[in-house]
Amino acid sequence: MPDIAQRTGKGRADLKALYNKYGIFCVMLLILATASGISPAFLTRTNIINVLTQISVVTIVACGITMLIIEGMTDLSAGSVVALAGCLCVGTNKALAAGGMGAAPAFALALGCAVLVGVAVNLAGALIIARYDAPPFIVTLAAMQVARGLVYIYTNGQQIYDIGRIAAIGQGRIGMVPYSVLIMAAILAASWVILRKTRFGRYIYAIGGNKAAAVASGIKVNPVIVKTFAIHGVFVGVAGVLYMTRLNSGQPAEGVGLEFDAITAAIIGGTSMAGGLGTIAGTICGSVIIGVVNNILNLLFVQAYYQQIIKGLIIVLAVILDIKTKGKRS
Amino acid sequence: MSGDPSMAGGDCVLELSALGKSFPGVRALDEVSMRVLRGSVHVIVGENGAGKSTLMKIIDGIYEPDSGEMRLDGAPYRPSSPTHARSLGISMIFQELNVVPELSVAENIFLGREPMRPGGIFIDDARLNRLAAEYIAEQGLGFSPADPMKSLSVSQAQMVEIVKAISCKAKLVIMDEPTSAITDKEVGYLFEKIAELKRQGVTVIYISHKMDEIFRIADYISVLRDGRHIETRPAAAFNRDSLIELMVGRELGSGYPGQGSSPGPEALRIEGFTRGRAFRGISFSVRKGEILGIAGLMGAGRTEVARAIFGLDPRDSGEVYVEGARADIGCVDDAIGLGIVMVSEDRRKYGIIPMRSVTENANLVGLKYRAGSWWIDEADERAAVREQVERLGIKAPSAETEIAKLSGGNQQKVILAKWLLAGPKVMILDEPTRGIDVGAKYEIYKLMRELCERGIAIVMISSELPELIGMSDRILVMCAGRIAGTFERGEATQVEIMRKATGGIGNA
Repeated sequence: MPDIAQRTGKGRADLKALYNKYGIFCVMLLILATASGISPAFLTRTNIINVLTQISVVTIVACGITMLIIEGMTDLSAGSVVALAGCLCVGTNKALAAGGMGAAPAFALALGCAVLVGVAVNLAGALIIARYDAPPFIVTLAAMQVARGLVYIYTNGQQIYDIGRIAAIGQGRIGMVPYSVLIMAAILAASWVILRKTRFGRYIYAIGGNKAAAVASGIKVNPVIVKTFAIHGVFVGVAGVLYMTRLNSGQPAEGVGLEFDAITAAIIGGTSMAGGLGTIAGTICGSVIIGVVNNILNLLFVQAYYQQIIKGLIIVLAVILDIKTKGKRS
Repeated sequence: MSGDPSMAGGDCVLELSALGKSFPGVRALDEVSMRVLRGSVHVIVGENGAGKSTLMKIIDGIYEPDSGEMRLDGAPYRPSSPTHARSLGISMIFQELNVVPELSVAENIFLGREPMRPGGIFIDDARLNRLAAEYIAEQGLGFSPADPMKSLSVSQAQMVEIVKAISCKAKLVIMDEPTSAITDKEVGYLFEKIAELKRQGVTVIYISHKMDEIFRIADYISVLRDGRHIETRPAAAFNRDSLIELMVGRELGSGYPGQGSSPGPEALRIEGFTRGRAFRGISFSVRKGEILGIAGLMGAGRTEVARAIFGLDPRDSGEVYVEGARADIGCVDDAIGLGIVMVSEDRRKYGIIPMRSVTENANLVGLKYRAGSWWIDEADERAAVREQVERLGIKAPSAETEIAKLSGGNQQKVILAKWLLAGPKVMILDEPTRGIDVGAKYEIYKLMRELCERGIAIVMISSELPELIGMSDRILVMCAGRIAGTFERGEATQVEIMRKATGGIGNA
């Protein structure tokens, strides 16, 4: 029987497959090259670290969102939950410190609260999605409202200042490298391992690719979906801590639209809205592309309003690429 | 109708000369020339991957040929889209029907070419319904133009597609495996319609895998193999065996591999399976190394029982015994854990993860039940999948190829590999050869025999009676949710099975 390898036409490179594999990486290199050509400030060490720091929160959120989109889910609540978790973190820390607790245990408790609330909101949504087979778009839209309401109630609509030494999480660094960049790298690595190296990751692809077939293959779909949301919840909690400690304050109105930036990064990186396709490497590229475009527009002093339009155009371009290279799902 | 249409002469409606089409890595069509005579039923046969679908898609204007040309009624024919093809008199009825379930029958018939009120903005609903009613009456169909499409059976929906084709004044209708989802009785009805089309001078190009059907309706048969046109002859010049040989390019023997398995102890027994009106009081057992066939018409409850055993659907009552011990199956996971697996009849819906690779699809179940670790051992996975690929003769450009890019037969083999990697004791195969070409069918039969020899028990649900009779050690016939009869090997004939399956009325 002629089987694998025998038929592998080496010379005939399938352009689409090639693009799907390396295309976004090439686009990223191209944009990096263009950016360094446009502005001499771009390739400086400070600026690169600056860009990485700026994309850290969105990239962390994008990791979980990539998994969810691959699974055929999505999450619109991430921005609100980042604000909620972040404010809860700095608020808790401030209260504990005021009560006389030492720095280390207060940090730990504050961090724990943030992660807990991130997981709790996502778990609640996931359970509803799983129990009622509800559309994740709507359920997480509702969660977005609830979380934003909660953060305003918690902060009484006020910003939290004088957050103390916990600001070091968002602002500190080891040598040249900020903690936030290191944390981003750790979460990227964890996500890559989950998707590529574990059975659980395979199940995520299978569920997004064909849920009915996943069920008929003995995969317990709902627990997998709930666990994915829970993992995403951890990431969102961490993202919240980084966000607010970097701002050195608790800002209940911050993080609006963060989830869309994360979704954009995932889609640009080749994650298919139809489910079943996507990689963490792609999401990194997507996130870097957005970060660099923002950065270069800032370096060129382009107004924020124009930047928004450009971001919109990038999304449209990414979606067209998605359809052109992966084909629409019938 | 006489004479060889590959020769010049005759009233030729469609002429294909030297059509060629390549896809990356595959030469799908190679210099295909063919003549189709007006008012004939021209059957095109070939294994999956032989190029039938590509050829039809070229005729329908979905693909553009790389080389060669077509002539329709003597004039050059270069369709740019299916809509264009339809306007020139060629309609295609796909295997998967193109209907909008939420719209009415009339709206479906006129989809995309609705009669308009003067001004061309609003649809003239009155005229649309009147015209549709006329067409439906002309064809003697028993439903109303206002019926929602979703209330129709598959075969009725097919009739709507035929009405649609006729209403477009089609001179050539292409049917791609139209009987893959309808009952024998409905097949008879479809064939009457085809005969009527012929009488009206309409030409039908018919693609099928089913030998019995082919010889019932074909005037001419063309064989494609590996993208080449092998032969076209009047149907009478072929017989079943010669046709199969031409299709696969080798001799096949009886079409079913040798029997003579010696069943061992009981592998699976179910008792009193009941769920509402779907099935009642179903009890049977299957032994190691035995093939138990289950016959029955569509809707007899065969698939429903199988899904209930497999834990996909609930049941009201009934017990399962695996190797004599009572088993508790609440979900698919439990069933697989006990060594019971099921290959679904609907490969696309319940089988493949289309955009994932051969490896990932093949190892989806094995990850847990063979490897058993949360961590994926990639070297082990590659080796396990390679072994299955070689054993089942899966043809794929690479193990990383998306499964959706393989032919139906190869997809089915990957799905079989998936279940074999779970280490099954009992395999329930629901229509394991549906929509698969003859060559791949034979390979699947051979595999079934091999599995029996290794002591696996097989429950095969099939609507193809020759296959059931050729492969089964015992045949169970279901009718309206109950077991209507059992046949031992050698006792069963198609007529007897059909008599039981139709409730003893004897409509064979």
